[in-house]
Amino acid sequence: MTDHLTSGPADPAGPAGPAGPPPGRARLSPRKRQRISRAIQYVVLAAVLLTVVLVANWQGLAENFTKLDVARQTLPELFTVALKNTIIYTVGGFVLGALGGLLFALMRMSSVRPYRWIATIYIEIFRGLPALLIFLLILFLPLVLGFQLPGGTYGSGILGLAVINAAYMAETLRAGLQAVPRGQMEAARSLGMSHARAMATIVIPQAIRIVIPPTTNQFVALLKDSSLVFFLGVSGEYVELTKFGNDVASTTSNATPILVVGLTYLLVTIPLGYLAGRLEARQAKGR
Amino acid sequence: MAHAVEIKDLHKSFGELEVLKGIDFTVDQGQVVCVIGPSGSGKSTLLRCVNLLEQPTKGTVRVGGVELTDPDVDIDAARRRLGMVFQSFNLFPHMTALQNVMIAQRRVLKRGSGEAERVARANLEKVGVADKCDVYPAQLSGGQQQRVAIARALAMDPDLMLFDEPTSALDPELVGDVLSVMRDLARDGMTMLVVTHEMGFAREVADRVVFMDGGVIVEEGPADQVIGDPRHARTRTFLSRVLDPTHAGDEPGAGSAPADAGPGS
Repeated sequence: MTDHLTSGPADPAGPAGPAGPPPGRARLSPRKRQRISRAIQYVVLAAVLLTVVLVANWQGLAENFTKLDVARQTLPELFTVALKNTIIYTVGGFVLGALGGLLFALMRMSSVRPYRWIATIYIEIFRGLPALLIFLLILFLPLVLGFQLPGGTYGSGILGLAVINAAYMAETLRAGLQAVPRGQMEAARSLGMSHARAMATIVIPQAIRIVIPPTTNQFVALLKDSSLVFFLGVSGEYVELTKFGNDVASTTSNATPILVVGLTYLLVTIPLGYLAGRLEARQAKGR
Repeated sequence: MAHAVEIKDLHKSFGELEVLKGIDFTVDQGQVVCVIGPSGSGKSTLLRCVNLLEQPTKGTVRVGGVELTDPDVDIDAARRRLGMVFQSFNLFPHMTALQNVMIAQRRVLKRGSGEAERVARANLEKVGVADKCDVYPAQLSGGQQQRVAIARALAMDPDLMLFDEPTSALDPELVGDVLSVMRDLARDGMTMLVVTHEMGFAREVADRVVFMDGGVIVEEGPADQVIGDPRHARTRTFLSRVLDPTHAGDEPGAGSAPADAGPGS
């Protein structure tokens, strides 16, 4: 578009223009070139789709992924056990992790230097490690500690997720607290509020609003990470969605349960993602 | 009787940069003192040292006989008697105008909600924004926000009001509303320390004007004398720039600026 606009007025000044072919009409105008390029993209897309349709084993796919009777077998445990447990692990890990995260965020901004070091080291370690590795470590924790973690499988799963979430939440909360303008604290202090009082009534309420959208995204990430509870070797009433899907899939020798479980995750994550987007948009407008 | 504000040998450095290089001055009860000077002269830092938003590097600040620079002073209790108005308003954006004026009364003075609301409404009325009680700061004009901020400070029944360039962030047509509120306050006998670029306001309302440059007080005295007939060349240069910016490039000593009227004295 801009090419077109700038080349227009340049035309009359042809002889004074840069060296090369005379500036008359190009062989292909930018508009024509754009049209051809778009046509090529559609042709490629059609070719790929056609190949997929012809090559794919539709019957095999249907038998393996969309068997209704197998899908029916997952009910009602899919919701009453698996989804329920996924939510228990996620919410538990989220709440515990958020509290830990707040603690590390405040430590990271502390005027006591060793607190800052401890918080920084924790955050760097647990953001840098794969979540799976943390779960494998937790498996060995009772050996190290000499006693079982409270809460059994729930306890281990929630701890694993909390350890990860705390590291991410610490950074999110710190960013939120620091995003509140300094003048807010100054105004509160100059009205005679103590530092703690100003934090609690003025700064933290504003920081929470700032961190709601990223925190919603963090919750979605944690929900997906809850599938790693799989590696804690859970069974029976403790299974969460992924483990549940895998178990039913192996007893029925069919992949349909995996698909069903996948859809169940999306049932939760897509509305949450949408909600986060809405909150973000509302915040952008509010300021 | 003790001075309302008494500052002795005040120094403030930010790292290597020395912003205040030994300030001595006093404000008496019921006085209005305006601090003027070019940007970077340290006048805002001086004001922020009076309620210890900035910790002075050296020297003493006494307000109402209490030494704020004493490390053992209860600074929160001392600040309760000092109202502060900021250039950028600093209203709490998550609260309505009324809540802004009530929150510190409730949490700091422990007033009941009925009394706090009564005081808040009275003060919002006083500054002319009584109809904006339930509105959030984002929906108010700059002039309205600044007047709510003044009401917020007044609701604490301060002995002294500090104003840090209260009209510098406002659109020109909104400056008058805020200045007239401040003029009324002065008329009611409030002790005020005002950092400002509004020379007309300073000349009309101030009992004393302090001119600062380079971290020191260059000149101070009655408003008419400092603004109308300044003794120091630096004061004259500054005033000619502020009062007649179009010809500011012509100085020094071009003679056309009104502030240069009496250079011979």
